[in-house]
Amino acid sequence: MARAILLAQSSNGPHHVHTQTYWLLGVVLGLLVVAYVAGRLLKRYPDHSLNPALIERFNHRIRVWWLMCAILVAAFLMGRVPTIILFGCLSFWSLREFITMTPTRRGDHRALFWIFFVFTPAQYALVALGRGAYESLFGVPHRDFYSLYSVAIPVYALLFIPMRTAMAGDPRRFLERSAKIQAGLFICVYYLSYAPALLNLELTTSAGALWGDPGSHVQNAGLLFYFILIVQLGDMFQQVWSRLAGRRVIAPRIHASRTWEGLLGGVTSTTLVGALLWWATPFQFWQAGCMAMVVAVAGFGGGMVMSAIKRDRGVEDYGTLVQGHPGILDRIDSLCFAAPLFYHLTRYFFSQVY
Amino acid sequence: MASAEGTGGLVMAITGPMLATIAKLVSGASLRWIDCQPDTCQRVYFANHTSHLDALVLWSCLPKEIRIRTRAVAARDYWEKGPIRRHMARSFNVLLIDRKEIKVHRSPVQMMLQEIGERDSLIVFPEGSRNTKEELGEFKSGLYYLGKKRPDLELVPVYMENLNRVLPRGEVLPVPLLSCITIGPPIWLEAGEPKNDFLNRAREAVQRLRDR
Repeated sequence: MARAILLAQSSNGPHHVHTQTYWLLGVVLGLLVVAYVAGRLLKRYPDHSLNPALIERFNHRIRVWWLMCAILVAAFLMGRVPTIILFGCLSFWSLREFITMTPTRRGDHRALFWIFFVFTPAQYALVALGRGAYESLFGVPHRDFYSLYSVAIPVYALLFIPMRTAMAGDPRRFLERSAKIQAGLFICVYYLSYAPALLNLELTTSAGALWGDPGSHVQNAGLLFYFILIVQLGDMFQQVWSRLAGRRVIAPRIHASRTWEGLLGGVTSTTLVGALLWWATPFQFWQAGCMAMVVAVAGFGGGMVMSAIKRDRGVEDYGTLVQGHPGILDRIDSLCFAAPLFYHLTRYFFSQVY
Repeated sequence: MASAEGTGGLVMAITGPMLATIAKLVSGASLRWIDCQPDTCQRVYFANHTSHLDALVLWSCLPKEIRIRTRAVAARDYWEKGPIRRHMARSFNVLLIDRKEIKVHRSPVQMMLQEIGERDSLIVFPEGSRNTKEELGEFKSGLYYLGKKRPDLELVPVYMENLNRVLPRGEVLPVPLLSCITIGPPIWLEAGEPKNDFLNRAREAVQRLRDR
């Protein structure tokens, strides 16, 4: 840790990556300040052409973003492991929301205990071990436990859950019950864990040149921040475009306000903004645009899947599921679905793979 | 002897709030007051019973000023088994009642009234033992006698949701799902109201909260 900080301070590489990461942070904070001031002004001098409820929702959203930004920056500043723990807590809480909404039977209790207290912590522990632990265990540098955490849940948890449920001795709707628990574990834990796994990569440009200082996690944290920013912007742009130009609803029974126009406009805007922020990433201009496009489409898919699950269960939001709880899953559904794609594209095209 | 009790009291003072926090975290419980305000007046909270956690979670979720004046009624045979349970029962200030041997001069209702005096409130589970079915079980008559002997007590219905999933019957390890506690408007025993009518009315008051 101390070594990492020293390296981060002494690094004066040709790319000046830290400066870029801090610039990105500065831009986002600046935009948030502008949005905050705008929201306040709109509230104080109400323009009658605008719906006050809309302004209130805008202000609420800005508050949520401030909070997210503050939590993320605090975690990044504390280091790699605290950031991973933060994502682990997010997974735990959203899994809690998911399983609360999913009907389970008495016989699922033990399997549920395992997914909450064994598989979820184990997944994040494997991510958190990182390159250092791998090297000291096996003597091979530059690798983390990717070969294990990429299969721990898809293979071993998937084997284990039905086994534990079967041992509880309740055959009713067996396959359906196992599938629901597995789906919760996949969406809330496995997919999301790919976001902090970005911190373990040795980033390069597409030409293969090392990007940033390999001993530091700051440039990776910057990339993670970029990814989260793009996902959030994608969500926002799709909503705005749907409201402004939305005509053809994609699937009215799944989501009443997601339209083709919103999807198209949202993905295009996100691609553009993502490309314009290329300087904060190891990507070139067009590469950053492609990444942002993929993230926006995957985020859209995540939102659709999660609202289909919500409609099936007859709940509006995970937040209204139980009174007084914030719906974490509502906020991170698009993040969950975009994380594995972003990770793998970065891993294979923009990092050293040994 | 006195010093031993003193340390016990100190340990209790530390573990009590800690256990309350843990119970709140594990059950993810949120508390809703519907047509009823938090108040330190003497009340009997009566709730549906689906899990061993019921009493602990409800007690833990009450605001502190109310909690220190509220005692949950629970079965002695369960809570005196083993030192951990005994310690928990003491930390949560549980009022233990013998289910097995009921003496003529110390009926459970009389004991509860004697324990709460003119100050404390009670948490009771009128279904008696934990219910494993979806429907609420029949209410036992204790609530009626509480209302009859002390007509000044507010009888407050409480519905507890999802706790049977957090810790079902026969399980030791809880699963941290989110649960919800709804507290509804108080009822009183009407003058001359027959026992069964009152118990049905009380049961319906709890049932109504489920859909709110």
